[in-house]
Amino acid sequence: MATPPTPPQPKPPSTSTAGAAGPTAGATGPTASLNVTAWSPGDDVIVVKRTPAPGPARSTWRTFGETVRGLFTTLGRMREPVVTVQYPEEKTPVYPRFRGRHKLHKFEDTGLEKCVGCSLCAAACPADCIRVVAAENTPENRVSAGERYAAVYEINMSRCIFCGYCEVACPFDAITMGHDYELSDYSRSDLIFTKEMLLAEPLERTPLRNEGK
Amino acid sequence: MILATVGFYEEWWIQVLKAIVIFAVGLQLVPVVLLAERKLLGRFQSRYGPNRVGPYGALQPLADILKLLTKEQFRPTTSIGFLFAFAPVVSILTAVAAFALIPFGNVQHIFGKPVGLYGVDVSIGPLYLFAFGAIAFYGVMLGGWASGSKYSFLGAMRGAAQLISYEVSQGLALVGVIMTAQTLSLTGIVYAQQGMWFLVPQFFGFLIFLTASFAEINRAPFDLTEADAELVGGYNTEFGGGRFASYYFAEYLNVLVVSGIVTTVFLGGWLLPFGIHPPGWVDPFVVLFKMGLFTFFFIWIRATLPRLRYDQLMSFGWKVLLPLATLNALVTAVLVVVTH
Repeated sequence: MATPPTPPQPKPPSTSTAGAAGPTAGATGPTASLNVTAWSPGDDVIVVKRTPAPGPARSTWRTFGETVRGLFTTLGRMREPVVTVQYPEEKTPVYPRFRGRHKLHKFEDTGLEKCVGCSLCAAACPADCIRVVAAENTPENRVSAGERYAAVYEINMSRCIFCGYCEVACPFDAITMGHDYELSDYSRSDLIFTKEMLLAEPLERTPLRNEGK
Repeated sequence: MILATVGFYEEWWIQVLKAIVIFAVGLQLVPVVLLAERKLLGRFQSRYGPNRVGPYGALQPLADILKLLTKEQFRPTTSIGFLFAFAPVVSILTAVAAFALIPFGNVQHIFGKPVGLYGVDVSIGPLYLFAFGAIAFYGVMLGGWASGSKYSFLGAMRGAAQLISYEVSQGLALVGVIMTAQTLSLTGIVYAQQGMWFLVPQFFGFLIFLTASFAEINRAPFDLTEADAELVGGYNTEFGGGRFASYYFAEYLNVLVVSGIVTTVFLGGWLLPFGIHPPGWVDPFVVLFKMGLFTFFFIWIRATLPRLRYDQLMSFGWKVLLPLATLNALVTAVLVVVTH
């Protein structure tokens, strides 16, 4: 064993019981390399111990037994409750931080809109689905708490990827992601949500999952 | 009690009426089996199965069939027109023809006339069955070949080899019963079971027959003619609409037929154990109940076992089932000779 054996090529887990089955000079058979100490494969070798293959009668019997066992496994499923969620009637609850349809918010005390029309959400939006047109607040027509307000605020839900960047970008927490995920409609134009739709108190159509206990 | 005798024929109008009634009952049973299969498969997999159409999804088969029948009768350009249309007919015809043989009860007096509660009691019962079982295969073979599609053809060729392999074992499994009963009439076989159902003395024959039946009617785990994972849909890949509905219908009718045959041959037909002799009108319900048990078993097996590989199917058929069936027939023959 003067020269260390070449590192063995990666091969599938060997079925031989030889721990180090590297190609050695003195190895004449699989058992000859049992006490090779030059190179240890470490924990990489999985030694598989197999019982001798059963004969035809025994394997037939075993197949029959396994079939019967399988039959009772499937029969056991019948006693278990059904895991199906019956969707339109029964909805999967969402987590509190689920990112669904957006909501725009107003101040609860004054009733003024939180959005000041800064367009940061539109700038942050990777899908480019938010359109904001700002206008100046006047003393007669005061809409938001800031200097300006969003005269037009539209989100194209057919483009939105629900990443939540708008929510993060907003300096006034005026836009947040809601929990509603039922957003199908019959035409694309119906999927453009206007400011009024986003401001309106949304129908809580999705149940909230109880977190923790 | 009138013994059903071979070659007992009623007047022609009773026979026509009887044929219509049995055919109608058989046709009504198929949607039930169809629904039962889908519901049970669902339950075996922890889901509901169809539950939208009608109460508890009871009208689902109706919706399925309506959907299929209103579809376009599509035919590929490479197909052979006449055979393509003819193949599903063969399938359904043989299934219905085999259904005529199942005895649902003894001869009853209905309005003073003796009426046998079966389509026809031929003196060559099992041979008739195997004859129609072999013709049923033409439905598969012609359908696959006439489609002009390679997948269909592969499915049909598999069907050919499978049927040849398993029909032998099936026949040999029945030979034991026939030798014990000393008759080829199915009602005669039922009467021979008055002391003890053939399930007990012919238990291995029963197991072999049941296993071979799965292959014979192309049900899982021997549904290699369809093998949707590898052959798209096998012989019925190119079929749609009403023609597919025919194949579908024939498949489930075949399940019923095989259940009926097993009931008749091994489970004593309309006979009840423990010497209970109910009035004659109960007999069909006893048979239907026993058929239901086997239909449940067919569905149960489908939910449990994976599809066999093709060479496994062949080696199982020729190397395991056929020797066992032969041995069973041989041992039965010796025992019959010794005891008589």
